[in-house]
Amino acid sequence: MKGKKPTGAYCLGIESTADDFSVGLSSFDGEILANVVDAYVPPEGGIHPREAARHHAEVAGMVLEAALKTSGLGPKDLSLIAFSLGPGLGPCLRTGATVARGLASYLHVPLVGVNHCVAHIEIGKLEAAAKDPVTLYVSGGNTIVAAYDSGRYRVFGETLDIALGNCLDVFAREAGLRQKLGLPFGAVVERLAGEGGELISLPYSVKGMDLSLSGLLTAAVCLMRSGRHRLEDVCYSLQETAFSMVTEVTERALAHTEKDEVLLTGGVAANKRLQMMIGSMAKDHDASFKPVPGRFAIDNGAMVAWTGVLAYTHGVETPVESSAVKLRWRLDEVEIPWMQ
Amino acid sequence: MNRAVLIKKGAEASLYLADWHDRKVILKKRLAKEYRPRQLDTRIRAYRTVHEPQLLHEAKKAGVPTPIVFLVDVKDDTIIMEYIEGKQVKQLVGKLSKSKRRQLCFKIGASIGLLHEYGIVHGDLTTSNMILGRAGKVFFVDFGLGEKTSELEAKAVDLHLMKRALQSTHFQFAEECMSSVIDGYASKVGVEVSRRVCEKIGEIERRGRYVAERRENHGQE
Repeated sequence: MKGKKPTGAYCLGIESTADDFSVGLSSFDGEILANVVDAYVPPEGGIHPREAARHHAEVAGMVLEAALKTSGLGPKDLSLIAFSLGPGLGPCLRTGATVARGLASYLHVPLVGVNHCVAHIEIGKLEAAAKDPVTLYVSGGNTIVAAYDSGRYRVFGETLDIALGNCLDVFAREAGLRQKLGLPFGAVVERLAGEGGELISLPYSVKGMDLSLSGLLTAAVCLMRSGRHRLEDVCYSLQETAFSMVTEVTERALAHTEKDEVLLTGGVAANKRLQMMIGSMAKDHDASFKPVPGRFAIDNGAMVAWTGVLAYTHGVETPVESSAVKLRWRLDEVEIPWMQ
Repeated sequence: MNRAVLIKKGAEASLYLADWHDRKVILKKRLAKEYRPRQLDTRIRAYRTVHEPQLLHEAKKAGVPTPIVFLVDVKDDTIIMEYIEGKQVKQLVGKLSKSKRRQLCFKIGASIGLLHEYGIVHGDLTTSNMILGRAGKVFFVDFGLGEKTSELEAKAVDLHLMKRALQSTHFQFAEECMSSVIDGYASKVGVEVSRRVCEKIGEIERRGRYVAERRENHGQE
């Protein structure tokens, strides 16, 4: 894509809801020209919002430059700036928002704040060619089953306590596993689980189309600490139980809405075993399975850029003076005019 | 048994309408799920197949209409129960007049109240799992995810699910319906208990990502 002569309109998207700072570039036709992600890896423990925000501020210039370079576009080619307005961690969101406001003001182009969860769905639909799916969105901060109806993505099910990615991350940390660059905790658990095979009984908690994962996490951590089982088998049992639960609630939503596509998106969507399960379930209901491609599974700027295009071309704009971030902006509060 | 006709392929079970000893019955068969490990699958299906008839029976004692269970076949994960002549509440909500809708939701709330008073949570309160049958009775079905418990938390989650179901499926009427459900609920459990359960719902909703802003102005910069 380097050296490509820019024609038409382009949107630059900034993602900074949690531990990733990312800039993506999308044409107004949905061609992704760049997607550069810089992850903050805490020296120990979970994400400290302030530390992550400091990281974002430090790398912002570099990531912006790298994204523009990859796309072959210059600042003057940009006709729109999009950013994640929420939900997410306050300091992180504010850092991204500050960069976005600055860019839009400097370049005299419109600004649009997008909902992070909507962005995960939209990039999934774009890259996995889905039209109107039931979506399972699973990440470190969210576990949501949603589908479009009458102007919004309606939330059919979600976690009553912690997110699926968070459940796997905390378990990995408690087990003393190391997060290696390029191999997040979820992937470490996935690899270990692949070497396990004995299913140990763990709490399975599905409530309607909602689910609860905190009891499962506690039980898995106790099991691991008891030392009575191989760590591989505990990882295997944790994954099988947790994934069975999210698959069951997705299945319930699919049967309820009678849609014919299932989209799997968000960071945990990269897990091969989860893909297998959701794929198998979709097949049972004659629905096609659409997993988001790996590079768009994690938090990324491309999804924000593309969602910005959709929103802006359907009349949504976020003037700088009313662009305060929304830490708890729910998916089902967002109007989706482009689906009507 | 003859002429078993598939009438609904649900998420976890297939429902067949059949004749059984001169009765119209529903045959509910929980299907094996390829996606989960066999051991887990067997455990879940066996548990729910045994558990559901028990709760259907208990619910009757609580005063909530449910289908009569005729036969439970654990080996085959099948339950044979009474066929309820009527309409799914899901199909009705949008078609009723405002006052009829209120009445129906009040009645549903009262039934949930009776269940909770008796120590049962349904576990999957959606309008698909309620049938308006003869003489204006609302039948509750599908107790597969139910529990015998008197915990405040479990009751609040139960009502939260009802609210969620209304918001996702009957979003035009969600608020008015839920408020009638709560009125009906309070008519059985009392205003004080109802207030405590509603408070707990609020707490659950703040716990996850259920509310836009935890406090006014908190997320505003």
